[in-house]
Amino acid sequence: MMEMDGALLSRIQFAWTVSFHILFPTITIGLASYLAIMEGLWLKTRNPVYRAQLLFWIKPFAVTFGMGVVSGIVLSYEFGTNFSEFSQATSTVLGPLLTYEVLTAFFLEAGFLGIMLFGWNRVSERMHFAATVIVAIGTIISAFWILAANSWMQTPAGAVLDKQGVFQVVSWMEVIFNPSFPYRLVHMLLASFLTVSFLIAGVSAWHIRKDRQNPVAQKGLSVALWAALVLAPLQAWVGDLHGLNVLEHQPIKVAAMEGIWETEQGAGLRLFAVPDQEQETNHFEVKIPYLASLILTHDAQGTLQGLKSVPADERPPVAVVFYSFRIMVGIGMLMLLAAVVGAWLRWRGNLYSANWFHKGLQWMIPAGLVATLAGWYVVEVGRQPWLVHGFLRTNDMVSAHPEQRVLFTLILFVIVYSLLFAVYLYFMRKLLKRLPSIDATVDEKESIKSQSAEYLTTSSTTTGIPS
Amino acid sequence: MDWAIVWFLLLGFGVFMYVVLDGFDLGLGILYPWYQPDERLLMMNSIKHIWDGNETWLVLGGVLLFAAFPPAYSLVLSHLYLPVMIMLWALIFRGVAFEYRFKATTSKHWWDFAFFAGSSIATFCQGLMLGVLLQGLTLEEGQLTISSWSWLTPFSVFTGFALMVGYALLGSLWLVWKTSGAIQQHSRKLAIMLLVIIAVLLCVVSGWSTLLDARIMDRWFSFPNMLWLAPLPLLTGYALWRTWCGLKQPSEREWLPFAWVIAVFGLSFIGLVVSVFPFLIPWQLTIWEAIAPAKSLNFILPGVLVLVPVILAYTLFGYKVFSGKLDTLDGGY
Ligand code: HDD
Ligand code: HEM
Ligand code: HEM
Repeated sequence: MMEMDGALLSRIQFAWTVSFHILFPTITIGLASYLAIMEGLWLKTRNPVYRAQLLFWIKPFAVTFGMGVVSGIVLSYEFGTNFSEFSQATSTVLGPLLTYEVLTAFFLEAGFLGIMLFGWNRVSERMHFAATVIVAIGTIISAFWILAANSWMQTPAGAVLDKQGVFQVVSWMEVIFNPSFPYRLVHMLLASFLTVSFLIAGVSAWHIRKDRQNPVAQKGLSVALWAALVLAPLQAWVGDLHGLNVLEHQPIKVAAMEGIWETEQGAGLRLFAVPDQEQETNHFEVKIPYLASLILTHDAQGTLQGLKSVPADERPPVAVVFYSFRIMVGIGMLMLLAAVVGAWLRWRGNLYSANWFHKGLQWMIPAGLVATLAGWYVVEVGRQPWLVHGFLRTNDMVSAHPEQRVLFTLILFVIVYSLLFAVYLYFMRKLLKRLPSIDATVDEKESIKSQSAEYLTTSSTTTGIPS
Repeated sequence: MDWAIVWFLLLGFGVFMYVVLDGFDLGLGILYPWYQPDERLLMMNSIKHIWDGNETWLVLGGVLLFAAFPPAYSLVLSHLYLPVMIMLWALIFRGVAFEYRFKATTSKHWWDFAFFAGSSIATFCQGLMLGVLLQGLTLEEGQLTISSWSWLTPFSVFTGFALMVGYALLGSLWLVWKTSGAIQQHSRKLAIMLLVIIAVLLCVVSGWSTLLDARIMDRWFSFPNMLWLAPLPLLTGYALWRTWCGLKQPSEREWLPFAWVIAVFGLSFIGLVVSVFPFLIPWQLTIWEAIAPAKSLNFILPGVLVLVPVILAYTLFGYKVFSGKLDTLDGGY
């Protein structure tokens, strides 16, 4: 057992809160773009089925967005509360990046979200469309800056550590466009779009099973599967490039991903294994000879550096990285398969009647989120024991809180977030369950009106509010 | 040019924007119990589209402190660990209440409660932190310690409640501006009461803070300072009086009392800064000791100078879109 010290608890707390947060951006980034596209199509074609998509998905979008905002605010303060040494050392780099994120993304999203959600009757159609597009762009800008910050911690560039232990920036271009950033940005955005594609496909399939002829659900399924057919192979390809980039800059992380202990020539691809950190080996290995070397070096006899080439205290926890990687790639393959099967069914003309396929898609609703979390665990746990790779060790960077205090807040975070997540799922289910309908209107208005009808009638008779 | 002062002003601007903007919407939450259930719906409705933008100023304040005065950021936040965390939890519950209140059928009263309690607790924590900072963080064995409960003092609890009253006042004036009829009249009555209380509290806090540290006393009551600084309390008094008039004799311009109270907040804020300047964390860290290296600050300065006006412009546009009295109750999505 590891010792439960304040530092470890702070790390667990950060991992818990950031894992919770990322679930929501993953959905909002993808859904915002989907809504913008649907609104654009509606304005262009005036086909009500697009408008129905918009009105159906904007509600879950709003709820998810709200969760993303409140959980994100926590994170921006947690750097200071729990990682005070870290924030002192890296503020020179991360501070400006986060400032730009707030100025260019958060304000933009918040400023136009109100118009997007509530401005239907107050601005023109084009202005409303502009607001939706701006919100979608805002989410992507936000991903740009935060991933620049995160990637810099993986592959620090453009800054030097001075004698006081503070990073001094030499080149901002190098800091922002650090070596792993382009891959991470594209991979993460694709992850969001894929996650949302399968969310929409799964929910639409669910509705089709209840109402075969529902045109809105059919459209949703169709669009989502087209998207998946393009995105899934693209993601596998980008993921592969990403892996090559990791190999170049963080070879030990790749060794952990692949479960390679000894530096090997012609390393095999471990399909399954149980890595053992103490004995420095794997149990129950199932591997395909030469394949890892072939994928990563494009040479069956290529050499891959093993975990044992560095001292034990410079190795990440192998099992977490190893399994997470397999979960992510496994889901990626499953998505690819689903997209291809969907295309085949479409070609055969029974996309909307293949019940077994719809059931399968329903099971895949959370797949994207699971893969996204798994991907982040590969990145973050694989970076250990470093916080800023090669420069700062995580354990030196934590605030010196007594452990009871962090334990207290951690427990509360677990309670609060679990509760909120249950509430979120409950309301999402409630919103997603209703069948979408082609003649949907902005109906929230009606419900609010009826709720406060009493107020309106009593006060308007006494005070003459114009209605 | 003294860059530390420039960044100090920018940070101050961000914090002030937060206090005013989130102040009135937190204030609505604090005032919840004093309104009828149907009126509460209208109150929440009046800010559902702007609370997120208002809260973003809090994020800006945080990251500006992080970027411009990093030692202050890590010192304050790790020292005030628990109040910060409690504030964040409170803001979480209050924030999600907006989404769920409108969609709930059987759990409405829960979300009403979350909105009230979240707003109140978050405000209290903010006021408390202000009080702690004004008092100065305590040193133990020559080191700033983060293990003590030193943030819980009579003074900080007092400032916590004082800020609640202040935000509630802002909230009630927002309603005076944005509503009509019975709810407006009720809000006006509440505002007058809160105005009296806040005038008293302001005097108490000012007096008490001069007793906290000889340096504050000295700043205000030594000669020639006294002359230079006298306009501050006088102007504050004038602004309070104008608010009072605006409430007692309502004019066409129903936003006026709201504006005058913003002036009260602004003047108090300046007064606070005057008390402790040039310390960012009183008696521990001056702005010159805390300022970040030029290479980092010069990178964000153009961004701040260009983007903040743009942000203000589209924020204003957003308020304009939803201008007018809140009697149409248009929903949304
Ligand atoms: C790839 C995307 C991504 C990642 C990795 C993160 N976020 Fe995030 N964040 C977003 C994408 C996003 C977003 C899409 O822009 C959100 C989600 C919903 C929203 O309102 O904006 C958001 C919201 C959001 C907010 C609220 C903004 C507001 O007030 O409107 C804050 C303060 C943060 N985030 C901070 C962080 C921090 C400190 C992170 C890392 C430790 C982080 N986020 C990871
Ligand atoms: C959004 C998806 C993310 C997820 C799911 C995630 C997950 C994790 C996990 C699991 C850890 C704990 C690792 C360990 O201690 O073994 C961690 C640590 C950390 N991550 Fe991330 N992370 C994400 C994004 C980010 C971003 C964008 C940043 C910064 C810009 C960041 C900064 C950190 C820091 C400062 C730590 C704490 C120190 C540490 O334990 O390594 N993370 N994260
Ligand atoms: C199909 C094959 C895939 C491959 C080969 C692949 C490969 C990778 C690699 C090498 C990393 C980076 C590790 C690091 O930087 O340390 C990564 C990270 C990640 N993966 Fe994948 N991935 C695949 C599929 C997916 C899928 C389907 C999703 C989600 C829907 C996903 C989501 C992520 C996320 C969110 C990250 C962390 C952020 C980032 O570094 O971009 N991946 N993946």
